[in-house]
Amino acid sequence: MLPDNWNGMTPAERLEFRLAGWASAGGMEFASPEAKEKYEIRTKRFIDVLKLKEPDMVPVELVGGGVIARHAGFTDGDMMYDYEKATSASLKIHEDFDIDYQVAGNFWPGPMYDRLGYKLYKWPGHDLAGNQPYQAVEGEYMMADEYAELINDSEKFMLRKYFPRVFESLGAFSMLPSFWGATELPFVPFMMTPFGIPPVQEAFEAFLDAAKLSLEFMGAMGALGGQIAAVHGIPGTLGGFSKVPFDFIGDTLRGTKGIMLDMFRRPDDVVAASDALLPMAIEFAVGNANASGNPFIYIVMHKGADGFMSNDDFKRFYWPGFKKLMLGIIEQGAVPFNFVEGGYNSRLDIIAEDGDIPPGTTMWMFDKTDIAEAKKKFGPWAAIGGNIPASLFMAGTPEQMRDKVKETMEIAAPGGGYFMTPGAVIDHATDANIEAYLAAGKEFGKY
Amino acid sequence: MTTTADLVAAITEMREDDAAAYARELIDGGTGPVPILDACREAMDIIGKRFEEGDAFIPELILAGEMLKSVTEVVKPHLKSGDAEEALGTIVLGTVEGDIHDIAKDIVAFMLEINGFEVADLGVDVAAAEFVKAVGETGAKIVGLSGFLTLAYDPMKDTVAALKAAGFDGKVMVGGGQVDESIREYTGADAYGKDAMAAVALAKKWSGVD
Repeated sequence: MLPDNWNGMTPAERLEFRLAGWASAGGMEFASPEAKEKYEIRTKRFIDVLKLKEPDMVPVELVGGGVIARHAGFTDGDMMYDYEKATSASLKIHEDFDIDYQVAGNFWPGPMYDRLGYKLYKWPGHDLAGNQPYQAVEGEYMMADEYAELINDSEKFMLRKYFPRVFESLGAFSMLPSFWGATELPFVPFMMTPFGIPPVQEAFEAFLDAAKLSLEFMGAMGALGGQIAAVHGIPGTLGGFSKVPFDFIGDTLRGTKGIMLDMFRRPDDVVAASDALLPMAIEFAVGNANASGNPFIYIVMHKGADGFMSNDDFKRFYWPGFKKLMLGIIEQGAVPFNFVEGGYNSRLDIIAEDGDIPPGTTMWMFDKTDIAEAKKKFGPWAAIGGNIPASLFMAGTPEQMRDKVKETMEIAAPGGGYFMTPGAVIDHATDANIEAYLAAGKEFGKY
Repeated sequence: MTTTADLVAAITEMREDDAAAYARELIDGGTGPVPILDACREAMDIIGKRFEEGDAFIPELILAGEMLKSVTEVVKPHLKSGDAEEALGTIVLGTVEGDIHDIAKDIVAFMLEINGFEVADLGVDVAAAEFVKAVGETGAKIVGLSGFLTLAYDPMKDTVAALKAAGFDGKVMVGGGQVDESIREYTGADAYGKDAMAAVALAKKWSGVD
């Protein structure tokens, strides 16, 4: 719950409020004083990094993924269809390894997606084999000539156009009326009647069923996170998600090919749509942080990476929306945790030289970006993390892992402001490599 | 009068409407399909070089591909048998089983094609047996395995093993997302390519072109 005087608070005060809530686990009861103490040390360490201070040691994060299921001998499909297995697998990884921050493992509600008839993704246990992680299906889910509709009323576009395209069970949402019928007594029946038509009723039944399945899942997931925190003193660092407006449009509305052609064919539409979606992207992030009591919002970044566009196009199409998204989140006291997929070497200067992002308010998790350059250019004003290669977890030896961690620590850890993490989601790993990663992180991460 | 040089300029300057219009004007003015396709190739070479040098990016490649498609549609009805140029060789390419990502693979296919290779693109989620079959059918001596996720590691390894077991004596390259030299070693492939340019360089080296 936000305090009554929230609107009168500065962004810095709001951040302090949110961080304090997270660091105290929202007043949760711990199973033991040891768990409580560990939780406090670990949250303080993470907050020190955010604030560019030197913590007691480098926080060591392990980005989850399919590895959680596999370590327990289960499949990716089990994580979506068997909550007992998903829960026990999630507990097991935190019990078997010396983990400091919660690892999330592709634990999502398969039955809910089934009930909705979600077509945007393929997932294990549905239309992928059980041992494969979920993956998006590239396509045009918004047509090139629909930008105006998206820009004019993005929620209406979602409800009546996008839902029927991505949710098989919600096809009849295309028949939904305007809600402005609420404004006059004689108008109301005209608004309500479409909801009584059988296909619309069926769609709403699916909608409500899916909502219940989602609530059930969130209960299971919330209980799991609480248990890991209460018993082991391991905080979660994922408070919610959002995306850069350009990625919202490019990833799953227009598709990669679509948005890239739009940059030539209708550049003004792309820019206008990015602007139009910005308030939603911010609200989405902040709403997640409010609901979870955890201020760290993962911004999953895709199409601004090296090679995906020129620096000029980055400055025109991607960066303005990205920057305003970060500023909007910071304004509300939450923390943009930028999951920078791919390489960002060509973008570092543009971002670093901008100068508008307040120091100590953002965290950047790098994948293929040169960590030394990132340290040099971002180190003075932003917390950075990365970028132990995902490949090493699967195909490396413990010695190679130890060497890589040592090398990365020597470059990125001095002075603080660094958290260690793989650069990508880990679906496959040997136990020996996970152990080597965590042990080396603790060995070389001491200040 | 529109010249093939105008067409090259339109394509390399990303003037999509002009490119298609010029192709029609050239055909109507009596220019044969072969010089027009040569102009396209010249333009693609220029764009490919810019991509290699970091002056063009995926959007430019995608638009260039679209322009090439529309020009080809214009000239196709005028092509005679024997007009087609001999390819440098065939390369079997695909995203391995379980992985449905295609962007990087498509860019590799595009760059190989504009560099004179024939690409047998098997698409995404391609089983090892399909690679083996395609190699048998095309006689390709080079196979490219793409994968974005770490789940691709094992299918890559299995595909390399299946190709070897089937007597394939050519070369296999791997690339994409979280693939690197350690994964090359893990999968038993002959080489790892960091990007589309590396794929072209490897293909040329293995074909004895450069």
